[in-house]
Parts: sequence; C-alpha cells; structure tokens
Amino acid sequence: MASLPLPLAKVGRSTLWQSTLWRHLLLAVAGLVVVVLVLEGTSDFRNAQLAAMAYLGIAAGGLTVLTGLNGQISLGHGAFMAIGAYTTALLYQGTEPVLPVLGVLLAATLVALVVGAAVGVAAARLHGPYLAGATLALAIAVPGIALFFDGVLGGEQGLNVRLPEVPGWFADILFFLTAHDVSSSKYVAYIGWLSLIVTFVLLANLSRSRVGRIWRAVRDDEVAAEIAGINLGRARVLAFLVSAACAGLAGAVMAMAVRLTAPSGFTLTLSLTLLTAVVLGGLGSLLGALIGAALLTFLPQVVTGVGADLGLSDLQSAELTPLVYGLTMVLVILLAPAGIVGSVRGWWRSRAEKAHKPA
Amino acid sequence: MQQFLTTALTGLTLGFVYAAFALALVLIWRSTRIVNFAQAPMAMITTYVALVLIDAGVSYWVGFVAALVAGLVLGAVVERVFVRPVEGKSEINAVILTLGLFIVLHALAAVVFGSRYRSFPAPFGLHGFQAGELRIALTGFGIFTIVAVLVVMGLLVALFRFTDLGLKMRASAFNAEVARLLGVKVGRMLTLGWALAALVGSLSGLLIAGGSLVHPSYMDSVVVYGFVAAVLGGLDSPAGAVVGGLLLGVSLSFVSGYVGSELVALASLVILMLVLLLKPGGLFSHAAERRV
Repeated sequence: MASLPLPLAKVGRSTLWQSTLWRHLLLAVAGLVVVVLVLEGTSDFRNAQLAAMAYLGIAAGGLTVLTGLNGQISLGHGAFMAIGAYTTALLYQGTEPVLPVLGVLLAATLVALVVGAAVGVAAARLHGPYLAGATLALAIAVPGIALFFDGVLGGEQGLNVRLPEVPGWFADILFFLTAHDVSSSKYVAYIGWLSLIVTFVLLANLSRSRVGRIWRAVRDDEVAAEIAGINLGRARVLAFLVSAACAGLAGAVMAMAVRLTAPSGFTLTLSLTLLTAVVLGGLGSLLGALIGAALLTFLPQVVTGVGADLGLSDLQSAELTPLVYGLTMVLVILLAPAGIVGSVRGWWRSRAEKAHKPA
Repeated sequence: MQQFLTTALTGLTLGFVYAAFALALVLIWRSTRIVNFAQAPMAMITTYVALVLIDAGVSYWVGFVAALVAGLVLGAVVERVFVRPVEGKSEINAVILTLGLFIVLHALAAVVFGSRYRSFPAPFGLHGFQAGELRIALTGFGIFTIVAVLVVMGLLVALFRFTDLGLKMRASAFNAEVARLLGVKVGRMLTLGWALAALVGSLSGLLIAGGSLVHPSYMDSVVVYGFVAAVLGGLDSPAGAVVGGLLLGVSLSFVSGYVGSELVALASLVILMLVLLLKPGGLFSHAAERRV
C-alpha cells in the first residue's frame, strides 16, 4: 500500500477508510459492483474470457504473496492448479455431483492446501535457485501422475467436468438486480469473480496483518527476523500453504470454466505464465497480479492478430504470445524490476515528495 | 536379466548426457552463482541449427560442429547482454531472468523452426549387438555419446588445470575482486565461462536428439534432470555433477523400465527432495555448510 506522508493521510480521511478491514471490504463491494456491471454488459464469449482472467488472477494473487511478500519463488503453481482442477473433476462430474459448487471449491482448496503443506515443509528449507529447481521439478512431475493413474484420472484425455447449474436463488437475485436471466457460462464467470474477490480480501488483510509483517521481515533479513523471535520455517511454510491454496481454488474455477481437466492444460508454460503475470504487475502487489492476469487473458488475441497482419501462419502467430510474455519478463527485470504497479507508485511517490518540498 | 541389462545400459548412456548437462549448469553456477534454467532452450536452439544445416544437405559432422559453435556464441551473447546487469543482485531476479529467456527462446524456436516434431539423424547405428543369448543394448550412437562426453570433460579438465586461461577463469570464479586486482579481466572470463557452458549444453542437446525427435520443448525435462544431477553432486563440483548425472540416469532408467515412464519426473523430484533434505551439500559433502 502506498504510504502517504502522515499529515496528508489524516486530513480528509474518514476513520472507516483508516481501518484496514473496512477499507478492504469497501473495495470488495466496489469490485463486486464493477463485476456485476461488466459481466452483465458483455457477451458470453467475453464472459468466458473474464472467467479465465478470474482464475489466473486468483493463482497470480497467491503467487505474488509468496514471491513478493515472502521472497520464495515457485515455478510449480501450475501443479497446484492441476491438483485443484483434478479434485474438482473427481467431485463434480456426472448428473449427481457429490458436493454443491461451494463445497467443491472448498474441497479443491483444501486438497491443494494439504499438498502445499507437504511441499512447503520441504521448500521452507530452500531458497533462490534451489527452490526454483525443486518447484520446476514439481511442475513437470504432476502431469505424469495423471497419466500413470489413467484409470482414475483419465490419462491423456482427462476428465470432463459438469457445467454448474444456476441455483434458483442466485438467478432470482440477479434477475431482481439486472432483469437478465443468468446463463450457465455467466454463472461460472460469477463463481470465478466472487472467488477472486473473497481471496483478494483475505490476502490483502493477511498481508497487512501481523502475519504479513512477519513474511516481509523474513524476506528482507533472515537473521534479523530470527533474532526478533520469528520462526523462519513456520513463516515460510505458512506462506507456501496460503499460496498453494489459492492455486488450488484457481484450478477448481479453471476446471469449471474449461469443463475439462487434462494434463495438457497444466504444462510448464502455465506455471511460467503465472510467474510472468506476477513479475509484470509488480511482485507483492495484488493489483499488479490482477493487471498481469488481465494482460495474460487479453494480450494473446491482440498479439495473434498482429502476427496474422504480419503474414505469419496461424501456428506461428499463436507462438508470438509467449514470445511477448518472455520478452516483457526479461525487460521488466532489466529495466523496471518493480513491475507496473511498483513503477507507477515510485513515480507517484517521488512526484508527491517534490510537491511537498518547501519552496 | 535381459531387461535388467538393457535398462542399466540405457540408463548409463542417458546418464552421460545428464552429466554433460549438469556440468554446464555447474560451470555457470560456480562463476556467477546463477542456475541457468535457459540452458535447455539454448541447447534446443543450437540443435535446430544443426538440423537445418543437415536438412540442407551438409554432412552430420558439419552440423554437429556448427551447433557447438552456435552454442559458444549464444552463451557469450546471453551472458554479455542479459545476465551481466543482474549479476550480484537479488537471486530471484536472476532466476526470473533466465526463465524469461527460457520462454523467449522457446517461442522463438516455435516461430522460426515450427513446433512440429522433426526427426534428427544419428551418425551411428541405433541397434545393440547380440552376445550369445543376450542382446546388449549398447548402440553405436550410445558409445559415441559416452566417448563424446568423456572427451569434452577431459578437455575441460585440461583447460582448467593446465592452462593460464583456465587459471584466470578459476580465479574469477573464486574471488572476483582479488582476481581483478591481480589484472584478470573478470568480465571477459565470465563471458567465456558462459560460452563454454553453453557449448557443453549444446553437446548434450545434440546427444539427446540423435536418432530421435526434436521439437521446441524436447529439452524441458532435461533441465530438471540436469539440475537434480548437479544438486546430487553438490552444485559446486564438476566431478560431482558427472557422478550425479550417471547415478540419476541409471536410477531414472530403472523407474522408467520397471514402474512406468510417466513417473520419471516424479522420481527425479523425490530424489531431489531427499538430497536437499538429508544432504543439502550433495552426496560428497562433509562439512555442514548452509547453502540451501
């Protein structure tokens, strides 16, 4: 959060805004209004894209907390998404699903949380390139599990996921608000965005709380943090856990949006793409994660269009998108390591400081 | 018995390739404290260079040498242009940078060379020979693989042990500041180190590709196996990387032969985790030094 000079923050700010919880809840309500307006004002195709943006945003939000606040890197978040997605596919297929949608989302989050705890205990002892290598191995290993147990997990073809039915009360509320009927794909987009808002409120509160401060302390100086009585291992495992749970939830939304869970959906590219989103937006910033997710969702169309204009074949222009991702990743690290949000904030802050300097 | 022998020999051959790749990672780690995850797509690009030349009608060996030279140049360019600015900064930045390069090279290869599978020729036979009842799965190309890796390793040892240049490179890796004071051009040595590492990486790319299929992500899993092999050996020791590569090659071959090829990556993850948790300094470490 941008820390404005203290006198400025006191003037003209209500106490409601000063309370972290209320500020985040207000932002969440505002976000909800925007979500309803945007989802109702756009076509089914755009809704599907927005659902994709939601699940990428959830996963990127979890990753940005891990990498930006706690200084741990994970190239394996695609694997946690796969775990969430496969849990969803197993619990939510056929005509008689075992659990309602909310139950499925929670179950997927919980399973990813448990696996994340196991990986996190090991990961907490690693740092930098070691952690990157270990999570890279995770990203490559997990799809193989789905291929090996093809009886349960469907092998190469994967598992189909049921399209969620719109519950009556939800349709009633939305009809009351907007006078539109809700299609199933729109409902999935709502599931995604509601999950995103809940996740982001929780993450934002967590990052402003004692836990968030501990994570930052561990990131900035291990020795100092340890002297201050912080249990390094516990802080790292907790950060990994929270992050893995977010990826699991993202995987669940992804399974419902794509309606298919197959190993080909969870390649190394997915994990690296998430990292791109986080780096691009600025490490540690939830807003940045959202911006990154938006770019990941909408950039491919633009870039592929440009590629077609340049006379490339369809296959070639499809590959331009990762090229742009990779180039931006390299350029961001070389030129603006703070990412989009961080750079804008830095510029804003230096401007504010200049303006406040006595003449 | 037959299956056991075949599995062991296949594993040994693969092990030499992993050893070469691990060696490339270790060379870079020693000089710049960076794990070059982009090593895999760099090797992939140079293999494509060889493939394009061979498809154009030149002999396998011209393509082979061209790929190695391309590796040398690519390594130097990557170090000088992209890596130099992040050297000595936060390790996360370096990791993200090499991953960015990973994605860029991948996409570039798919745009330029296409993402379909293409077969890559082998200069020697791909069939084992018969010894009485047993079929020995050591192919002509397998023997070539082992010899090529051994030759390159020998040359590297000679370079670092017996030449002035090698001494300067070791000095720059050991203590850049002191080496600079003694008149070693440290920057140039780092560039050379990356170039040599990329050459070794290209060799492993060519050896994996020989007699099999090439596509833009065919090296992706090798970077994981190479990393695991390097960590097995301690990430700091070239000899350890070679032993780690051989051990890993044989173990993974047994997992693939007796359990299922789908679980090879998972097995490498398990091995990596066990090593990092039990003996973080590698299999040959004695002192309890904290590095991980």
